Amino acid sequence: MTSLLETRGLTMRFGGLTAVDDCNLGIREGELFGLIGPNGAGKTTVFNMLTGVYTPSQGSVSFAGRDLRGLGPVRVARLGVSRTFQNIRLFDELSVLENAMTGAHQHAHCRLFDSLLRTGRHHREEARQREIAYRLLAFLGLEDRAGLPARSLPYGHRRKLEIARALATQPRLLCLDEPAAGMNSGEKAELAGLIRRIRDELKVTVLLIEHDMRLVLGICERIQVLDYGKTIALGTPREVQQDRKVIEAYLGAEA
Amino acid sequence: MLRALGILCLGLAGAFGLHLVVSNAVPPYPALIVNMCGISIILAISLNVINGLTGQFSLGHAGFMAIGAYVSAYFTTTLRYFDPDAARYISEAPLFDGLWGFPPALLAGGIAAALAGLIVGIPTLRLKGDYLAIATLGFGEIVSILLSNFRAVGGTKGLTSIPGYADTFWIYGSAATCLILTGFLQRSTFGRALIAVRENELAAEVMGINAARMKITAFVYGAFFAGVAGGLFGHLMLTISPANFGYMKSVEVVVMLVLGGLGSSTGAVVGALILTVLPEALRDVERQVELSGFRMALYALLLVVMMLFRPQGIFGQRELSLKLLRRLLPSRDKPGRQP
Repeated sequence: MTSLLETRGLTMRFGGLTAVDDCNLGIREGELFGLIGPNGAGKTTVFNMLTGVYTPSQGSVSFAGRDLRGLGPVRVARLGVSRTFQNIRLFDELSVLENAMTGAHQHAHCRLFDSLLRTGRHHREEARQREIAYRLLAFLGLEDRAGLPARSLPYGHRRKLEIARALATQPRLLCLDEPAAGMNSGEKAELAGLIRRIRDELKVTVLLIEHDMRLVLGICERIQVLDYGKTIALGTPREVQQDRKVIEAYLGAEA
Repeated sequence: MLRALGILCLGLAGAFGLHLVVSNAVPPYPALIVNMCGISIILAISLNVINGLTGQFSLGHAGFMAIGAYVSAYFTTTLRYFDPDAARYISEAPLFDGLWGFPPALLAGGIAAALAGLIVGIPTLRLKGDYLAIATLGFGEIVSILLSNFRAVGGTKGLTSIPGYADTFWIYGSAATCLILTGFLQRSTFGRALIAVRENELAAEVMGINAARMKITAFVYGAFFAGVAGGLFGHLMLTISPANFGYMKSVEVVVMLVLGGLGSSTGAVVGALILTVLPEALRDVERQVELSGFRMALYALLLVVMMLFRPQGIFGQRELSLKLLRRLLPSRDKPGRQP
């Protein structure tokens, strides 16, 4: 089975620090894949390399058969990789609806000239973006807050809005960076259901970084464990849970 | 599109109405201030696209204005058909003579300034915040130094005897067009993309918004209207010199924006009005207290007080609209709080 996203020997060095060392990922189309590891294991750095924010020091990233190395975030997004951020990065002064609409901007079928003269193409584009945005807000249960400024949303809803915005780019792969951080157990359960529905109903492959082990073990089909930038385990939730190296990394080695 | 053209025509009609009033019923000095207000409005709205919407800190607006002023004035005063064989001008009158020559000359000034905006836009891809402010400040100074040393446009003396084509109709017609088009820009996918770049550049890029392209677009758009404002300024004042377009002019426009509310086009209009009228209005106060320089001190004090009590500007990032007015006015049909 070929992978949708594949990395070979992915390495990132910041000066003398090797944040990610020789990381090999293979994510299949339609999969719910978890990337876990203790704090500072290099998970977010992997995300930044996958989405073009960082150019890897070494190694390759290929997505649907195309090399992503050095493309930069804009072109990577256009190819169908989208993400959320660990520290939420919404456009606070835009409304909830407008935030979701910005995700659809990259596929806009209208030029600046159309918008300045309000041609038919401008109106069709606005309608298209609004339709996509409303559909995704409804999917995430935010439709009744569409008109509010994003900054006024409570924390849990901000996380959801980031997911809606990322989905509006119509990605094939959605990377979620600790979406459950700061949520209570009820919200986490809801989120788990939501992530599953993103994969099942929207047919988007999901790569999940998460600290909350229960969430990851509960919904992911395969899990890869990083520690100090190196992969220490890869397998189903059950296999990973029983892996001695994983237990050591999380709980410390036996004396 | 028809509706958009209708709104533009309405704006032009409004400008024409104002023109009739100003040219018939207003004495020359107040009329000049009214016209200067229109030019300030264009400058403030166009700078708002760069500084307010896109969040770039440009201090080079006077430079764009200067380019527009010189290019359009060159078109209406100097440019003639030239016969290279006889080494003389074929026609006596400038190529862009009379009222029909004025709009193309204005447009040429705007386009020249927009090209400069394209060139200035490129360094913005690597510079942020204070560094960009310094670079754009440098750009403005370079323009003014180049003009001072360029014999063909009069050096430090500048261009004189520019025809006075810029009347209230042209000035407010341009201002209305600028306000309406910028409003359309703001409420489009490009306006949202500009704001997204301002709010969080990394997130915007990850959403597939080309931040570099959006910033350059903002610079080109803003510079175009600054150039038009410059062209109007030249044909209103009848003489221009590099001293008109020093960095203080750029600072003045930034202050208008900050006063009105950075990010709000209607705020920019109000800021431009206040800061153009206030120094003139304070002239009378100064005369009464008989203290020279009192005017500028009071002006500065008002700005300090404003920044202390309302640092986000008069409007903040909100736009003045009918909807907002309706919300601010107490309405009777709203359900009350009675049990």
